[in-house]
Amino acid sequence: MRLVVDLNRCQGYAQCAFLAPDVFAMHGEESLLYNPHADEAQREQVRRAATACPVQAILVEYPQEAPAAVEEGLSGVR
Amino acid sequence: MSGDHALEWLRREGRIVIVGASLAGLRAAETLRKEGFAGSLTLIGDEPHEPYDRPPLSKQVLLGHASADHTELPRRRGLDAQWRLGVAATGLDMAARRVRLADGDEVEYDRLLITTGVRARPWPHPAEAELDGVFVLRTRDDAARLHRRLAASPRRVLVIGAGFTGSEIASACRERGLPVTVAERGAAPLVGALGGVIGQVAAELQRAHGVDLRCGIMVTGLEGDSAGRLRRAHLSDGTTLDTDVAVVSLGATRNTEWLAGSGVGAGPRGIACDAGCRAFDIRGIVTDDIFVAGDVARSPHAIFGYQFLSLEHWGNAVAQAETAAHNMISSSSERRPHLWVPAFWSSQFGVNIKSVGVPSLGEEVIVAQGSLADHRFTGVYGYQGRVIAAVSFDQTKWLEFYQRQIETAAPFPPEYSSVDRRPEGLRPVPADFPDPSLPTHGPSVTVSGYSPTDQRITFTPARA
Amino acid sequence: MTQDTLLRQITDYANRADPYPLYTELRKKPVRQEGDELFVVSTYWEIKSLLHDPRISSDARNLSPGAAGTLLQEEEASPLPPAFLRLDPPEHDRLRRMTMRPFGPPETPRRVNGMRGELARIVDGLIDGFGDRKQVDIVDDFSYPFPVTVICRLLGIPREDEARFHAWADTIAAGLDPDPGGDPGEQRRATHEARTELGMYLSGLIDERSGAPGDDMLSALVTQHGPDGRMTRMEVLSTAALLLIAGHETTVNLITNGTLTLLRNPDVLERLRDDSRLAVPLVEELLRFEPPVQLLPQRTTLADIDIGGTTIPKGASVWLVLAAGNRDPKRFPDPDRFDPDRPDIQHLGFGSGIHNCFGAPLARLEAQLALTALAQRLDAPRLVEDPPPYRQNAVLRGPRHLNVSFDGLRS
Repeated sequence: MRLVVDLNRCQGYAQCAFLAPDVFAMHGEESLLYNPHADEAQREQVRRAATACPVQAILVEYPQEAPAAVEEGLSGVR
Repeated sequence: MSGDHALEWLRREGRIVIVGASLAGLRAAETLRKEGFAGSLTLIGDEPHEPYDRPPLSKQVLLGHASADHTELPRRRGLDAQWRLGVAATGLDMAARRVRLADGDEVEYDRLLITTGVRARPWPHPAEAELDGVFVLRTRDDAARLHRRLAASPRRVLVIGAGFTGSEIASACRERGLPVTVAERGAAPLVGALGGVIGQVAAELQRAHGVDLRCGIMVTGLEGDSAGRLRRAHLSDGTTLDTDVAVVSLGATRNTEWLAGSGVGAGPRGIACDAGCRAFDIRGIVTDDIFVAGDVARSPHAIFGYQFLSLEHWGNAVAQAETAAHNMISSSSERRPHLWVPAFWSSQFGVNIKSVGVPSLGEEVIVAQGSLADHRFTGVYGYQGRVIAAVSFDQTKWLEFYQRQIETAAPFPPEYSSVDRRPEGLRPVPADFPDPSLPTHGPSVTVSGYSPTDQRITFTPARA
Repeated sequence: MTQDTLLRQITDYANRADPYPLYTELRKKPVRQEGDELFVVSTYWEIKSLLHDPRISSDARNLSPGAAGTLLQEEEASPLPPAFLRLDPPEHDRLRRMTMRPFGPPETPRRVNGMRGELARIVDGLIDGFGDRKQVDIVDDFSYPFPVTVICRLLGIPREDEARFHAWADTIAAGLDPDPGGDPGEQRRATHEARTELGMYLSGLIDERSGAPGDDMLSALVTQHGPDGRMTRMEVLSTAALLLIAGHETTVNLITNGTLTLLRNPDVLERLRDDSRLAVPLVEELLRFEPPVQLLPQRTTLADIDIGGTTIPKGASVWLVLAAGNRDPKRFPDPDRFDPDRPDIQHLGFGSGIHNCFGAPLARLEAQLALTALAQRLDAPRLVEDPPPYRQNAVLRGPRHLNVSFDGLRS
């Protein structure tokens, strides 16, 4: 599945790296590196990571799910 | 037909064409659909790929953590769009409202959005640029090629230009264990974007990670062997460097050539537009049906004295695309200005560098929190007695405070006490930016034009 | 209603079961002065802004003498130095970084996620322990023993010592209550004693672990020597005590509040039973709707701060009422509705900024697993009394007991 992190929003809380360590990794103290094309087997872990993000910086497109489900992921707050 | 009816018709069955199918183009298309645009939507892109994300190319991809072929951007919604990929736009007929394509086709529009972005500035000597081993890094194909070459363990990599991209490439090479030389004509890495004071910290980082950093040095020539493979570089100090890979990171060139002669106000510095993203024509009159967003746009920013800013920033592309899309299908009273506070990030040598505001406008800088020596700090830039920008090295959680200081034109130097203020942070020092008239390697911001009034406005951002 | 009585009503035990109408009242004035040097902040944006404001200190040593008088004195009474929760950068950052090394990314990214299986087994074991009973106290039988067992295992506390830990942690957590009821002198004495005993116990354990380290966090804290060097013995002690207390009371309340909220919203409970994936957004909404830490009473201004139409002067004590900000209608539509389908739940339940909850990922996992297991395994659960009896504490707010009856257990 495709994903992107808005690294302007990201403040290095590392929740994603805790909850989906195969997709998101902290590189140093607060830099985040992630795989923009996560394996389908990671779907639930990615969902946990995206939902837990305190600044809602993670946008995921889950294949076979209505895109509307992710639409508001990056909306709302700066 | 009255204005209301025209707008209603446009929203229902008009034709919108977006030239440039990358981040800004995609986000604009999504916004158009989200806001109810039901007409025909066409996206034109010169690369054969659907919109992909570029920031990972100089980081995850070079490190081998992600594949260059799998960086497509997620979609926020279905688009129901016609995609014309792998075909560049080659011309524009403003009067007939037609875009010409490289394959001879023409596409008509009622509203046009230009998001053609920038491309890597090539090595200035074409024959040398052709040598096997000379790379640039802008597209995913560039990244795939460079990654393949790095994976083949070259003896040494030469990075020409220590802007953000060049520094990130050097960082990835060091992490892969490759010997790296960085040649930068300025006094320090990142000096064009962050100034010399912070640039010195970037220099320390590079050297601490084993980069052979050479500042105040230009590469004067690249030399190949008989088979056309790069073998050595000639430097302005008279020395030579044996190397089999050179990555040219000399900043970017705006993709505006296709608009030559069209009547749109486009040139090497980008396409000028108003704060509502409407393009100016060459007479300086704003157009009604042509909009611009992303790296190629140059627009006046109210909180920076209405100076025209060109921002090659990921977040700017997203925010400006959303504003442009909204304004394209809104009446004049519903249009919004693009008031995004500039922000960018870079990840290099294990350090997270983030910035808000426009550091290159800064005259002085103060270390408001932390310490330069620890490589963990927040630097605040001042311009004419107000806070104009801030940069953090591994201290991003404080940055939103400084963003608010910029938005509210808070006084500089800061008069208050704060946590983690060290003795060195009690006195502002010159930010030490290079003379803007000298070419630098890839400034992230260029400034030109100026409004006659130096108005200060109160900017309160939307909060929900 | 005067300002003074409003804050007193919030700390008044009589209003513990439902402080939310008082928070609504509180939000009418985003920044409210209480007495000479105490300011209460209750609206979302103002709280969030202050959580990222470097002019705010978490170090009690910055309090002006007057403001200090209104606050807890446990640090002065404590035999341990302040842990990173009560420190500012750079000390805070260094200690937190060193504590993170054995707990999470970048050095130990898989520890928490790798505990999923073990956590699920502990949860199932506790529910199996309900046996043939048709009524249990969710607090004593479930939501208390679960996180306490987890934090003890994480730190490497031998199981036979866990019971002693509970007693100390209870007493110390009660000492965090700004209005503990009863005799404050007695309260301070009890807290001091518990801290001393805990400190002595941990000290002995540290001696043991430095000689024969295991793969637990305490061993790692004692033996690590990374880029930040080593922790002093006193730093290890206060850090371990912090993790123990913080990892204790808060998650207990999160799980209990969650169970209560689910039983009050049977449609959501039913959905969770049918689809465990709902647990993920549900816990986020829970952290907004019933946060286990209701307010942060321990911050101090280092400069005058203009916010919400008020100037908070330098040296003032600031209370950030997270639970009130979480129900701010200017931030969340229909805020008093529990709705796990909200598209946007950027709650303040774990705070924000540099002091954001250290154990957040673990608390999330624990609550997700615990609530899903209860939903799936209890047959026709219902509340025996609503509202249930609450703990005294207004800061770490949650039921003291939560009696739930059901028709039996599903396997």
